[in-house]
Amino acid sequence: MLQSLSHLLGIEGLTQAEILFILDQAKPFQEFQRNPLKKLAALRGKSVALAFFESSTRTRISFATAAARLGADTMSLQAESSSLKKGESLSDTIRTLEAMRPDGFVIRHGSSGAAAFIAERVDVPVLNAGDGMHEHPTQALLDALTIRDRKGTLEGWNITILGDIIHSRVARSNIHLLSKFGARITLCGPSMWVPHEFEAMAPNVRRTTCIEEALRDADIVMVLRVQTERLHEPALAPEEYVLRYQLTRERLLLARPDALVLHPGPMIRGLEIDPAVADGPQSGVLEQVTNGLAVRMALLYHLIGRAPLDAPHPAKDRSNASD
Amino acid sequence: MLLIKHGRVLDPASNTESALDVLLDGERISKVGENLSAPGAEILDASGLFVAPGFIDLHCHLREPGGELSETIETGTKSAARGGFTAVCCMPNTHPVNDRASVTRGIVERAAATASVRVWPIGAASIGSKGEALAEIAAMKDAGIVAVSDDGKPIATARLMRQVMEYCDGLGLPVIDHCEDASLFAGGAMREGATSIRLGVPGIPSQTESICVGRDVEVASITRARLHIAHMSTRASLAYVRAAKKRGLRVTCEVTPHHFTLTDADVIYDTRFKMNPPLASRSDRDALVEGLADGSVDAIATDHAPHHPASKDVEFDRAPFGIVGFETALALGLDLVHSGALPLMRLVELFTTGPARVLGMERKIASGEPADLTIFSTEHQWIFRASDSPSKSRNSPFDGRTLRGAAMATIVAGKIAFRR
Repeated sequence: MLQSLSHLLGIEGLTQAEILFILDQAKPFQEFQRNPLKKLAALRGKSVALAFFESSTRTRISFATAAARLGADTMSLQAESSSLKKGESLSDTIRTLEAMRPDGFVIRHGSSGAAAFIAERVDVPVLNAGDGMHEHPTQALLDALTIRDRKGTLEGWNITILGDIIHSRVARSNIHLLSKFGARITLCGPSMWVPHEFEAMAPNVRRTTCIEEALRDADIVMVLRVQTERLHEPALAPEEYVLRYQLTRERLLLARPDALVLHPGPMIRGLEIDPAVADGPQSGVLEQVTNGLAVRMALLYHLIGRAPLDAPHPAKDRSNASD
Repeated sequence: MLLIKHGRVLDPASNTESALDVLLDGERISKVGENLSAPGAEILDASGLFVAPGFIDLHCHLREPGGELSETIETGTKSAARGGFTAVCCMPNTHPVNDRASVTRGIVERAAATASVRVWPIGAASIGSKGEALAEIAAMKDAGIVAVSDDGKPIATARLMRQVMEYCDGLGLPVIDHCEDASLFAGGAMREGATSIRLGVPGIPSQTESICVGRDVEVASITRARLHIAHMSTRASLAYVRAAKKRGLRVTCEVTPHHFTLTDADVIYDTRFKMNPPLASRSDRDALVEGLADGSVDAIATDHAPHHPASKDVEFDRAPFGIVGFETALALGLDLVHSGALPLMRLVELFTTGPARVLGMERKIASGEPADLTIFSTEHQWIFRASDSPSKSRNSPFDGRTLRGAAMATIVAGKIAFRR
């Protein structure tokens, strides 16, 4: 199963079984986060290069924490201090980092395809932490874990994704993942952000520009961040977006009564989402954050630790506790 | 003297296909006939091969002056000779831009000293190709340019296009336009469509090209002057050209081998598949093949655009546009012949009399004509390896591809410029 997976570059190429394996492996790590002592020795002596060529707070901290809790060391490259600013090519920067012998790379980069570009050039596993508008696979996996926890299964839901779909790697990864589990996916936003080509990306994907239509019978509503930097291209006033597309309490009533609301963050309250919804009982936003840690620990453990698939789970196996 | 024996002559100008020998004397063809003999002449055995007029490439970038890290006139024309081209037209987007006679003369002199095939420079239409004032077109013509273009960019405005066309009409030069609407292009890196959406790569809608082709055809209807559309890649552009021809306008166009071979679905973040115009949809590709077959397309041109390896070893959206193309063009064209899409004579026309007509020249195999010939096999199996190319660049999407058919000898002014 995961033996064939030497990198995690995207969801598109994963099988249903691989996704379920990752989620199952994440499960004990989820519970582990409640331990008073949050440190394992599973990756002791390993080091993970966190190469963030695009600024990121939550994903970077989540990966760094996941690595630390597995006992790995991290080496960190951030956009602000990046040698790219000094004109070095990505290829050379990566070769330099690789010479420090990390056991794996976590990559965030503004160019679609950058994680694959790096995977072709290094001999250790690469985890994509978001590449341009292409994919953000760990986000889709943590969303899937949250859905499975809250709803009992991943199979067959009506999923509505709201917002700036065209620029969203989160939307793409979620479309690939959920469609592998028979979801009916509705994409909704201002027309120029929801091109028709998305309907060809996976079975049972449809688009609409009407939020009321999109929310009807939804089991899960994913609200994307409105990237304010994109509002200017072409110019769209934030007030226009709020008027037509903000997820309000009234609009959420159109969805199934037990509909789950997810948001990948960072969230702009009052723009894409009404604070009452963000903090309401249907919101899974904070679970998403905790689940992100669990999913990333499972991935780091298996990809970088190259653990045998049937090995005892490190969060259950007491001999793995750190001393 | 050089005697080419046992080959099959393919001459589109006279629609001849027959077993004929060709005798070259100095820089000219002296005799074409059956079973020729010439005591003392060097013999080139062309058994099993076709003998065609020398191939002309209307569109390439030799990068000299200014881009010698990627290509020079010497390395580029060596690669051209391997592809069977006996003459190549080099675009003016060098550093400095070929927008005045001194630069043109520099290119002509470097070609005389180092080139393996004929180099026919194309001059800029506007100074610095900036789309403002007209370049020194008449002086460049005296120095040797065969056409004008601001290639790499479109001729900026309809008004400038009108002036350039009218002026060039008086000088007997065609105007070649790289058709693109800059506002629609807007930072795109591949053709907009299902693949660009899936990959998350900023898209370039196909209309970016056809809007500008439509504009140019309309301007041509004012000027009635010669207009040539460079590297045309879409069905809609072809429709404009077809309609223009029907209206009796002097509008011609060229298509590249990569646009009639590949589609946007072949793009997977590999910068060797990134060029401008980008690879188009299957429907557009199919339309181009129809256009090649029915005569609406006038020439196959390579748009050979070398970029040194480091400049292409970057993220897809940061990579420069362009691929090398001389050495694979003929075999990719022959794929269309092998698949039945094109008759062989038509393919040869697209490499010879077609581009010649765009430039207002003739191309034929007859006594007294220049001794430029391309001798090729339709069957020779080989693997194209970019690392074997004399070009300084390696940016080919066809690297490693098994090809059927190749130039076996390229003869320029009576001399063998390349022999496989």
